[in-house]
Amino acid sequence: MNRVYVPKDSTAQSLGADEVAAAFSAQGFEVIRTGSRGLFWLEPLVEIDTAAGRVGYGPVGAADVGGLIAAGIENAGSHPLVIGLIEEHPYLKSQQRLTFKRIGVVDPASLSDYLAHGGYAGLRAALSMTGGEIVQTVTDSGLRGRGGAAFPTGIKWKTVLDQAVTEKYVTCNADEGDSGTFADRLIMEGDPFTLIEGMTIAGIAVGATQGFIYCRVEYPESIAALRIAIAAAQAGGYLGADVCGSGKRFELDVRVAAGAYVCGEETSMLQSIEGKRGEVRVRPPLPAIEGLFGKPTIVNNVMSLASVPVILEKGAAHYRDFGMGRSRGTIALQLAGNLKRGGLVERAFGVTLREILYDYGGGSASGRPIKAVQVGGPLGAYVPESQFDTPLDYEAFAAIGALVGHGGIVAFDDTADMAALARYAFEFCAYESCGKCTPCRIGSTRGANVIDNLLAGNQPERQKALLGELCETLLHGSLCGLGGMTPFPVQSAMKHFPDEFEPRKRH
Amino acid sequence: MYAIDHNDRGTPASNSSALVTVEIDGQPIEVPEGTSVMRAAALAGTSIPKLCATDSLKAFGSCRLCLVEIEGRRGYPASCTTLVAEGMKIRTSSDKLSQLRRGVVELYVSEHPLDCDGCPADGHCELQSMAKLHGVTENVFAADGRCSERITHESKARVKALMTDDSNPYFSFDPSLCIACSRCVRACDETQGTLALTISGRGLASQVSASANESFMDSECVSCGACVEACPTAALSEKSIAALARPAEKSVSTTCAYCGVGCSLKAEVINGEVSRMVPNRDGHANNGHACVKGRFAYGYATHPDRIKSPMIRAKITDPWREVSWDEAINYAAGEFRRIQEKYGQGAVGGITSSRCTNEEVYLVQKMIRAAFGNNNVDTCARVCHSPTGFGLKQTLGESAGTQTFMSVLKSDLAIVMGANPTDGHPVFASHLKRALRAGTKLIVIDPREIALVRTPHIEAAYHLQLRPGTNVAMITALAHVVVTEGLVKEDYVSQRCEKEAFEKWRSWVADPRHSPEATESVTGVPAASVRGAARLYASANNGSIYYGLGVTEHSQGSTTVLGIANLAMATGNIGREGVGVNPLRGQNNVQGSCDMGSFPHEFPGYRHVSDDSTRHLFEGAWGVELSNEPGLRIPNMFEAALDGSFKGMYIQGEDLAQSDPNTLHVVAALSAMECVVVQDIFLCETAKFAHVLLPGSSFLEKDGTFTNAERRISRVRKVIEPLAGLADWEVTQRLSNALGYPMNYQHPSEIMDEISRLTPTFHGVTYEKLDRQGSIQWPCNAEAPEGTPTMHIGSFVRGKGKFFVTEYIATPERVNGRFPLLLTTGRVLSQYNVGAQTRRTLNNTWHSEDTVEIHPHDAETRGIVDGDWIGIASRAGETVLRADVTDRVQPGVIYTTFHFPESGANVVTTDNSDWATNCPEYKVTAVQVVKVDKPLDWQIRFRQHRESKLPSRREVARETV
Repeated sequence: MNRVYVPKDSTAQSLGADEVAAAFSAQGFEVIRTGSRGLFWLEPLVEIDTAAGRVGYGPVGAADVGGLIAAGIENAGSHPLVIGLIEEHPYLKSQQRLTFKRIGVVDPASLSDYLAHGGYAGLRAALSMTGGEIVQTVTDSGLRGRGGAAFPTGIKWKTVLDQAVTEKYVTCNADEGDSGTFADRLIMEGDPFTLIEGMTIAGIAVGATQGFIYCRVEYPESIAALRIAIAAAQAGGYLGADVCGSGKRFELDVRVAAGAYVCGEETSMLQSIEGKRGEVRVRPPLPAIEGLFGKPTIVNNVMSLASVPVILEKGAAHYRDFGMGRSRGTIALQLAGNLKRGGLVERAFGVTLREILYDYGGGSASGRPIKAVQVGGPLGAYVPESQFDTPLDYEAFAAIGALVGHGGIVAFDDTADMAALARYAFEFCAYESCGKCTPCRIGSTRGANVIDNLLAGNQPERQKALLGELCETLLHGSLCGLGGMTPFPVQSAMKHFPDEFEPRKRH
Repeated sequence: MYAIDHNDRGTPASNSSALVTVEIDGQPIEVPEGTSVMRAAALAGTSIPKLCATDSLKAFGSCRLCLVEIEGRRGYPASCTTLVAEGMKIRTSSDKLSQLRRGVVELYVSEHPLDCDGCPADGHCELQSMAKLHGVTENVFAADGRCSERITHESKARVKALMTDDSNPYFSFDPSLCIACSRCVRACDETQGTLALTISGRGLASQVSASANESFMDSECVSCGACVEACPTAALSEKSIAALARPAEKSVSTTCAYCGVGCSLKAEVINGEVSRMVPNRDGHANNGHACVKGRFAYGYATHPDRIKSPMIRAKITDPWREVSWDEAINYAAGEFRRIQEKYGQGAVGGITSSRCTNEEVYLVQKMIRAAFGNNNVDTCARVCHSPTGFGLKQTLGESAGTQTFMSVLKSDLAIVMGANPTDGHPVFASHLKRALRAGTKLIVIDPREIALVRTPHIEAAYHLQLRPGTNVAMITALAHVVVTEGLVKEDYVSQRCEKEAFEKWRSWVADPRHSPEATESVTGVPAASVRGAARLYASANNGSIYYGLGVTEHSQGSTTVLGIANLAMATGNIGREGVGVNPLRGQNNVQGSCDMGSFPHEFPGYRHVSDDSTRHLFEGAWGVELSNEPGLRIPNMFEAALDGSFKGMYIQGEDLAQSDPNTLHVVAALSAMECVVVQDIFLCETAKFAHVLLPGSSFLEKDGTFTNAERRISRVRKVIEPLAGLADWEVTQRLSNALGYPMNYQHPSEIMDEISRLTPTFHGVTYEKLDRQGSIQWPCNAEAPEGTPTMHIGSFVRGKGKFFVTEYIATPERVNGRFPLLLTTGRVLSQYNVGAQTRRTLNNTWHSEDTVEIHPHDAETRGIVDGDWIGIASRAGETVLRADVTDRVQPGVIYTTFHFPESGANVVTTDNSDWATNCPEYKVTAVQVVKVDKPLDWQIRFRQHRESKLPSRREVARETV
């Protein structure tokens, strides 16, 4: 039977992939649903096997299916939508995919497919090591937390390993709430076994027997994919009381979040998993010492954990050899906003913002000049064109007052209203604040009020002074990053685009 | 709003014994490890600004006012959540810190306007003081603030939710004054343990919510008031102070007059009136907590029903005649002397009150022994914990509980048997629940599913739901498992207990007829559960037992107490913190009234009247010859009255006619007497049979001491003048003088001086020491100058602990075809005992009538549905109550409370009693129930009478404030 690969990830689905898949099925094709390779402007991207590799067609609509079949798609027949050998596409070919190497290739529901593509090599390696050796390997790889804080993953694991407590947990923060980000989702929907393998290795390393993936409720496909994969891993002996016959236990469950951005903050997430109000906890104690249910707990982002199998499989040095400075390995950048070619780019640290925006993103979708990009989610700083040559590196970004964060990049052209965007940062914070600490709970709303007053010309100098003081209060007084980082987009917009923060004429 | 004289240190004290030295603004201070920077600063005399922190609650870190600078650390850590570390150098003030703190206060003030005039918290509001401290006088964000649509929308939603919740009779919640600090929520969680409050919504729409956005009255709230005290503004505020709208003038530390927990309270006074009660955070029994009774239900003290003038009458059918104190006292004295001349010296007697102070109890028994010249003195402990006194004295050597309440926090396992702490001893229940939330395991032994069996964050490991009246079989079955499964702590027993008695007990209890399997048919509890529970208790490092009247008020009450002590000794669970045998005593001073020589056979300090050296000691001190014959117990007095040999009684502060069993019998006895003198604050049921009524004084009106269930002596201090002019001790003194036995105490402290002189366990007790230490747990003497928190350390008071064989003998009160159900009794949270006090407060809002709990199965077979009137008939009498159909009770068992006189619970209880102490068997009565149309005629008359006499709720509210 003729076989086609049609993505099932949410992006492709939203662009009609399910209808395309149905149309191929109706014509007698075997349809394998994969994840998305992350070339979103080509979705739905349909692929077929050839001797030279997979050939892609896209973007394919259900209406195109008849024509594709007529053109002999099963033999890589010529058609206006043909892309050629997909892995030769410059957008993909120039990437350095370590964590995302199987995305778009494998069937996320198939354990055998995962194994056929090198899956569980990392776990097998880990099972031959002591917990301390696994943790050392992760430390040596230079892996830093991909959720945004960039804390060395191995150091965090070491703290959990060192706790003389029998009950420990591994938790995965999959509450991917930053605007313009989707890397976690691509992994969960396209290669969930990688995450499961990474968590299993973490559990074996530190002596935890239970893991939880805290996935945002807005990702129903991810939740479904994870549950299918967890069941398959259990059935295959890769999870449960005796992982791969090692005698070691590791169980895994999915916990569905309730739609609060702040639950992406690690202590709120732990509260939420415990069934409590999603509210920030005071640190210390660190979760690594007193985390879930008061026990030592690893809290890692999806990408951090999904990077672990390749580190264990190929060794710390292999991973560490990618990157620059203290930013080792690769980073998954998510291109969004006003760009021609949105999608996922996994590259070693060191690539510049300009390369990403133009070589991959192809410049603005509107064709107008890119005025600023916001990197690292809604609380990331706005980076102006003058700083586009900054390399993607945690320290280099910190030096210009910006952050890499979770790797989301949202581009704006020259029509963007920077004061409105600054105001939006406050509004976002006001909407998402858990309400525990005063600066965030009240200060976020007052920030929006002050910008309104400023733009309305109501004692503008006083408002600017108030805004400055308010940002200081939020920066130094907030309990967690939500309030503490809200000044970043505000202050960066004011710094780089001061003219836009003058009173406006009333119309 | 916490007590006006409370000096808050921000976070709770650390228990660590290790000390660390830190520098606060250059000044070194040594504090226990685990202390917060905020508390360390407070101890050094520096008050760091704060709003969400208070020293009764764990640090929360939300207000962000307490930021400090710490050398070598980035940023500005919150001092409440940052713990001290050796050598830490802390700066509590700088320009940057001032700027940040002012920024935070400006945000608060933008939400909470500074219109403080007329606010009940004015002068004590923590936000107000923070605004003042940081020079914030206005809303800096107010300049024509326009908001985005979404935020405007949220604000509107919030405004809609800003309706004041007035549903609770004692406090109101005004959300517009709320600063979302979560102190109320945390107080409900941590202090009370009910978890009724939460924050709903998020961000600026964060809102305190009772249960799921219900009113306080409709929610799970138990009205303990912890949230009200914790509130830093007037958002949660007592209605009593809101009505007065000005700050209190003074605060008087005293002790609650309700249950045996004996909470230390501060009475705040405005213009000679109590404006509110606040639990004392330094209170050793309550640790800053109180309940709906102690905190709020003090309004009875000024209720219009209070008797303010002495009254006499020749016959109980005559109307009362108000007379002067002198006339009343001379009349009573004359009558007692006349009766003694006519019927003999033993024809009169008296009852001391567990509601009165130690000093007052001591005076009454002294007057009876010295002036009446007999030992006819008894007390209401007869009807509650007399088996405790007997059983613990026999086994351990002292008639009292072994621990402090706080000891439960060190228990790995607690057994609660025949007690319902969340209702009867609510503040102890909160301590217990705190332990349970921290992992202490719980075994409940009770015929009924009390709240502790399953309540938020708590679930009993075992609920041994036994048949009423089978406690002895149960306790022996538990001991059987301990003995036969090798769980006896042999070293402990061999070192500390009498060998012979233990060996006899061991072989007796090992008999298979005591096994859980053999006793299952008696107790109704599956053997496997009994075995599991016994193993859990015996294997706990620290196992404690707490018990109540469900243990003592049985025909074998004393046997069960012996059995409890056996079990604790066999498992090594006496003599250190976290373990012990702990009676939960019912009344504020029931322990004290027993200690003070209220029993007919014992002088103060539990010394027998036949003991010559003790008697000679008292004879010497009192200057009279004393009888060496034990006097009459309460039931004997009644019998003697019916025989015609007992004719006069001085009853201080006890309502025998309502609280004693078999009411008809009691009424007949009282009616047969020639002079009944009742000293009470109200015209109680017993007063109907009195010839002289002497107005009593409430606990607010006098000085003295109470002794709680932990043997803790605490001061009672005069807050207001006695309404009738005299405190109870002064009345007894006058009566004694009129009888010709002179007493001349100028102050209760002189009475305590006499008590300590004559009582070895009180030798070290003085008012001066009580003022200094706050409280003293007896024994307090040369060996234990500061008192004795934990008893029997090292060895038992009696030397070696003694085991007793506890043969189970079924109560004669058996079910049969005519009386197929067992009635047992208990209490609710809001009402107290016979309700004389609480019924005269707004606590009626929660419970305005007693009902009968009946299992759905028993209800269905009788055609009874929820709310029906049901007639309850026993061998002794009958009454009618409304049905509450519920599976809290097991089939075959019904349950009621006895807070209202018209309920007649004690009309049906029988005159069976404990073999050793005559404690009545309130807890088991065989009954039949049938559906009826209406209450009995006397009940209807009673209710009408009460309703006509009791003011409406609004009038009570006015009285309360």
